[in-house]
Amino acid sequence: MESEARSPLQHKTRDRVLTLLSVGALFAFLWYADHHFSPYSIRILNNIAIFIILAVSYNLINGVTGQFSLEPNAFVAVGAYTSALLTLSPEEKIRSFIIEPIVWPLSEISVSFPVSLLCAGLLTALMALLMSIPVFRVRGDYLAIVTLGFGEVIQVVANNLVSITNGPLGLKGLHPHTTLWWSWGFCVLTVFSVVRLVRSSYGRAMQAVREDETAAQAMGINAFRTKTLAFTFSAFFEGVAGGLLAHLITTISPSLFTFFLTFHLLIIIVVGGLGSTTGVVVAAALFTWGGEFLRIVEEPTTIFGYYYEGIPGMRMVILSLLLIVVMLFARRGLMGGKEFSWQALIDWTGRLIALAKRCV
Amino acid sequence: MSDPLFLVRGLTVEFGGLTALSGLDMEVNPGEIVGLIGPNGAGKTTAFNAITGIVRPSAGRVYFRGTDITHWSPPRIASAGIARTFQSIRLYDDLTVAENVMVASHSAISYTFLEAIVGLGRFSREERRIQEKAERLLDLMGLTEFARERASSLPYGSQRKLEVARALALEPSLLLLDEPVAGMNPAETMEFSNLLRKIREDLDLSIALIEHDMGFVMKICHTITVIDHGIPIARGAPGEIKTNEQVIAAYLGE
Repeated sequence: MESEARSPLQHKTRDRVLTLLSVGALFAFLWYADHHFSPYSIRILNNIAIFIILAVSYNLINGVTGQFSLEPNAFVAVGAYTSALLTLSPEEKIRSFIIEPIVWPLSEISVSFPVSLLCAGLLTALMALLMSIPVFRVRGDYLAIVTLGFGEVIQVVANNLVSITNGPLGLKGLHPHTTLWWSWGFCVLTVFSVVRLVRSSYGRAMQAVREDETAAQAMGINAFRTKTLAFTFSAFFEGVAGGLLAHLITTISPSLFTFFLTFHLLIIIVVGGLGSTTGVVVAAALFTWGGEFLRIVEEPTTIFGYYYEGIPGMRMVILSLLLIVVMLFARRGLMGGKEFSWQALIDWTGRLIALAKRCV
Repeated sequence: MSDPLFLVRGLTVEFGGLTALSGLDMEVNPGEIVGLIGPNGAGKTTAFNAITGIVRPSAGRVYFRGTDITHWSPPRIASAGIARTFQSIRLYDDLTVAENVMVASHSAISYTFLEAIVGLGRFSREERRIQEKAERLLDLMGLTEFARERASSLPYGSQRKLEVARALALEPSLLLLDEPVAGMNPAETMEFSNLLRKIREDLDLSIALIEHDMGFVMKICHTITVIDHGIPIARGAPGEIKTNEQVIAAYLGE
């Protein structure tokens, strides 16, 4: 029984305060991590933020709008190359481009990191906008194939457009601009924007298109425009994440952006629960951290007196097993397709306390 | 005679070599309830699909408020004021009952997606308006208690009502109902026809409906068009249709 009845408005204010507090706590933790953690741990934290951005934005088109597409590796590549080419100094470009010199305007340009990220996002979004015209003529499996093909095309372009991308050699010597502040700052911005969008009328339209496109159209929703919005929006953040990734690892080459990246993201959003932003955030964090943590199974150790040699690739076996378990027992993902809400957490904590009291 | 609200002339739909509908004429005057009946497979749903732009008609014209809307896209037709329900219920299963209704307000929103993210000005105002409208419609259809539940969890009869509520959220002037009382028992059908009359008067609607329940059709419709094998065979008031020999023959399969 509710002991005190609160108005929805009070709930809204409470939820906002709680959200702000937790974002504050997150940044306090990051500040601590920035000063006390090892570079390896900081690297993992950066990776987590970037993968949350990627997975949450990918989920917008695949999960929320229900358009099964397979192109994020292409968008990340476009973002990474754009941002990298914009921040590299002219001298560094001359040094790197040994097969063919870099084309003129790019050879002179050098902008600040935030500007390059913005450009990366905008260019990727523009690309998605142009792409949506041919791509959304088809649905379902065909859409998956067409977008997959696009990913491969970008790969080929990156390898062969030597005077812009430096071909298979890639771009080296990027300044490690990506700090915890940049990566987590954009991460919070992405999650905030996507959540707000999904909760608006635009988000409802996207979900309606996923549930039943014909019925959505019959209710006045322009399915093409709705899909294009979701696609472009997610491309913007994937482009930015590409820029962040490039300036985290400081060396990029076409082999970094293979279909494997998309596949990895696909697993994350399926495990998180298609359409559930919260679930996807949790899954992205778990997979990125878990992937590193599980390295122990590939290293020789002694457990209870037994010597274990460590098998390379064992991590992937365990991750795959986890995926199978999720598919068998939680087909709607970690969060059961639901979203996190403060009310649910409060109710749940209340029940837990009541249970503990009864036990004592 | 004043101009009809809605006019169909010679509407024909062909799928490959098969003629699903041939030369349908139909008109709906403001405030009128028009029935479209015929045996199974007669082309009734095809007619609705062609009217709402889901299927491309191969010939014929559809006029709405004097405008030719024949080859318009489904969302454009819906926004212009023709809303419909589906014979095989097509709700957004994973959304809540309230959200199902709110979806239909999307075409009328004025805020951009950027305003939705920042959450300023028009956004909150309009969201409140959309929500209030949904609450009002759910109340009208007697679905308020289900508002927060998933649409797929509703009992069958309530799902049909939700389809109507969703269509009404478009604020249409013409409502197309495809077998609205299919699967309802006589008491529910009775209740539904009273509700329909009330809606028509309160919201100043015109209605065209497909239905197999003859009692319901004869009671509620002002005019009835009968189709058989895609060809219109009769048109008139319920009294005339009941005694039309061709209609009786079509239904008895002679």
